[in-house]
Amino acid sequence: MKRTVYRELDLSPGFLLVLGLLGLIAAAGLGAAWYMEHYGHIVTGMNNQVVWGLPHVFAIFLIVAASGALNVASLASVFNRTMYKPMARLSGLLAISLLAGGLAVLVLDLGRPDRLIVAMTHFNFKSIFAWNIFLYTGFFVIVAAYLFTQMGRGFGRFIRPAGWVAFVWRLALTTGTGSIFGWLVAREAYDAAIMAPLFIAMSLSFGLAVFILFTGRSCALSGREFGQDLLLRLGRLLGLFIAAVLYFTAVQHLTALYAAEHHDIESFILFGDSIYTTLFWTGQVLIGGVVPLILVTLPTHGVSRVAIKLACALVIVGGFVQVYVIVIGGQVYPLALFPGMEVRSSFQDGVIAGYQPSLPEFLLGIGGVALALAIAAIGMKSLRFLPESLADEAVDPQRVPRTGAVT
Amino acid sequence: MTTRRQFLRDSGAFTATLASGATLIAFAEAQAEDGNKSRKVRWGMLIDVANCPEGCSTCVSACSNENGWGDTGNPLTDAQWIRKVAVTDPQSKLRRSLPVMCQHCAEPPCVDVCPTGASFKRADGIVLVDKHICIGCRYCMMACPYKARSFIHEPLQNQKPHAPRGKGTVESCTLCVHRVDGGRLPACVEACAAAGHNAMLFGDLNDPETEISKRVAQHPVRKIRADLGIDPGVSYENL
Amino acid sequence: MAKRFFILLVLAVAVSLWPPSGPQATDLLLAKITVPKPAKGKGERCVDDTDFMRRNHMSLLDHQRDKTVHRGDRTKRYSLKGCIDCHAVNGKDGVPVIADNPKHFCRTCHDYAAVRIDCFQCHASRPAPGGTAKASAGKSNTAALQSYLRGLEQ
Repeated sequence: MKRTVYRELDLSPGFLLVLGLLGLIAAAGLGAAWYMEHYGHIVTGMNNQVVWGLPHVFAIFLIVAASGALNVASLASVFNRTMYKPMARLSGLLAISLLAGGLAVLVLDLGRPDRLIVAMTHFNFKSIFAWNIFLYTGFFVIVAAYLFTQMGRGFGRFIRPAGWVAFVWRLALTTGTGSIFGWLVAREAYDAAIMAPLFIAMSLSFGLAVFILFTGRSCALSGREFGQDLLLRLGRLLGLFIAAVLYFTAVQHLTALYAAEHHDIESFILFGDSIYTTLFWTGQVLIGGVVPLILVTLPTHGVSRVAIKLACALVIVGGFVQVYVIVIGGQVYPLALFPGMEVRSSFQDGVIAGYQPSLPEFLLGIGGVALALAIAAIGMKSLRFLPESLADEAVDPQRVPRTGAVT
Repeated sequence: MTTRRQFLRDSGAFTATLASGATLIAFAEAQAEDGNKSRKVRWGMLIDVANCPEGCSTCVSACSNENGWGDTGNPLTDAQWIRKVAVTDPQSKLRRSLPVMCQHCAEPPCVDVCPTGASFKRADGIVLVDKHICIGCRYCMMACPYKARSFIHEPLQNQKPHAPRGKGTVESCTLCVHRVDGGRLPACVEACAAAGHNAMLFGDLNDPETEISKRVAQHPVRKIRADLGIDPGVSYENL
Repeated sequence: MAKRFFILLVLAVAVSLWPPSGPQATDLLLAKITVPKPAKGKGERCVDDTDFMRRNHMSLLDHQRDKTVHRGDRTKRYSLKGCIDCHAVNGKDGVPVIADNPKHFCRTCHDYAAVRIDCFQCHASRPAPGGTAKASAGKSNTAALQSYLRGLEQ
């Protein structure tokens, strides 16, 4: 089999332009974080009912996508799909970058970001949050070691065990992230074990979509080839993951609908007249599920690269909306202090809370995205992550060329 | 300069005076035991809803004065340690008004979820936030079934010396721990009694001889969200 | 490259081990610096030797804070509230200044030492208005309340 040759990105004006742009956005995010820290969360849309706002949506999306970005590496090392091997390094790099971006947002949205050291020195091991601190930092260490086995000379025999550890760890990580919500007994929209597998399915889908778009862009910008067959295969895999997300979403809501105690919250999300109902059906289900599923499965003749890339973009948009509906939609619904009773108070008991995301929140969130992409770009520039070619002949020399596949 | 030994001797002498200076009987027993608040005591509250008139918010303003929180014109972000909640039965239209604050649960979800251990339960059952190690993640606010906690959204000044509170941390009813430690009643209970309602009763739930224990044993009481099994320290009578 | 680095390292070590430039130089240096003179507190003496307090107040406060918050130990001796009550510095209006003011007791030294503290983001940096008077008024009620509670418990 042909040896894959990896090469750093060139320091082209195009690269510098992209990196500069990402740096600017990340700087704006940092400025927004400073502004929120200086004046307090009063400058955000968050309040005592909606305590986690847009930054958490960005952070959770990035963290979930981070573990999913490792899919391709796992396919290569754990499931022995050799054609994905050339992209395994990039998959690990993107996973680390996305996690770093997500955590940066999460940490900068704390009420006391200056006390990060406290979070690293005081632990309450009954808290799933505290476990997640170890799951996240452990993910960095394990994926870094996994990358080292791939890129260091003479460590090849460790790739498979390292790949296994990383695979198991990323499943644990997403289980932990989902359980942040799944273990909340107080809020009706959460408190369900299905949150963990749902988040795993989401990570598989969002992470792969981000990976495909990111790899495609990187290849295009650095003049590398990205094979038609490869894209098609990745697209079909994405279809499977989209279906999994739709499945778990359906089970989540059907289970809740069955219990009379959850009828109110379910009718609020599914059949209400609020923005969250629109976001759920139009954003999450239609744009993020049904349409991309059709795009990646239907066109067996005359496959269009555009269709698959569009599907990826839709999965990202729909996925973001899904996290928004889970995080914000679940919080605006009032707590049931006295189930079955009508409740009123000066503290917004018994009313649907409002939440209006503010500009600083958005800047902080998008800054985290830019930071993640910038880390990945700097990584590709400094070390040999990206193969010289991802053309179909390069990744799978034994393949039977397809006929009739045109752009 | 003081030597280490001298310092230890000084502080030792001081601890001795502390033990004999304790005010409440329950505390005196507790501190003789291990110098700590006794595990035998569990502070709790019984609220007689029949004696709690709608429109009266004496307890709320007493708490606000005592602890220095209050209306700053931002109803969505202002802290509320205690609030009056109106509960109406949708069928019979029967209406009740009652105060809701931190319920000082025996199994507090806020303590379970806190990553740093800032949210904790004292040996005597009072649930507090150690603001020195609170990082402001607000996970406890997600976990509390009573919406008892508030996040401080703005920089503050001129706090009460006995009730420190500051931007970026989470806070809630402390059961007036600074008063209880000094052998005094929580401000809300005192104010309710002073207003002649006597709707709030404070005491040790673990001692069967206290009035609160007797009343809880003799009358049917309700706890909010008792179904969650978290055993709130606040009970409601005639609800 | 490695050789040059080694030479630099040796030089750095040599400079750091060089004997200090003698007492005269130190005196000269000190004379140029305005050493902070924090205002005297109330009463005869501090809760401990001044030297000891200067070096150890932070650990005393840190220790006391955990005892107070977690175990309800409200002894005055090493409490921040006690420090604030005793070391309040009055402004021009005769009212104790808050930590925003550079004249504040804590700030006189902390500004000099460039040590930023965040105590006063939450804690009051001056005694309660009316100060000890109000606190003692509260105390006089204690007896009555104690008997109320005692009555309940019997």
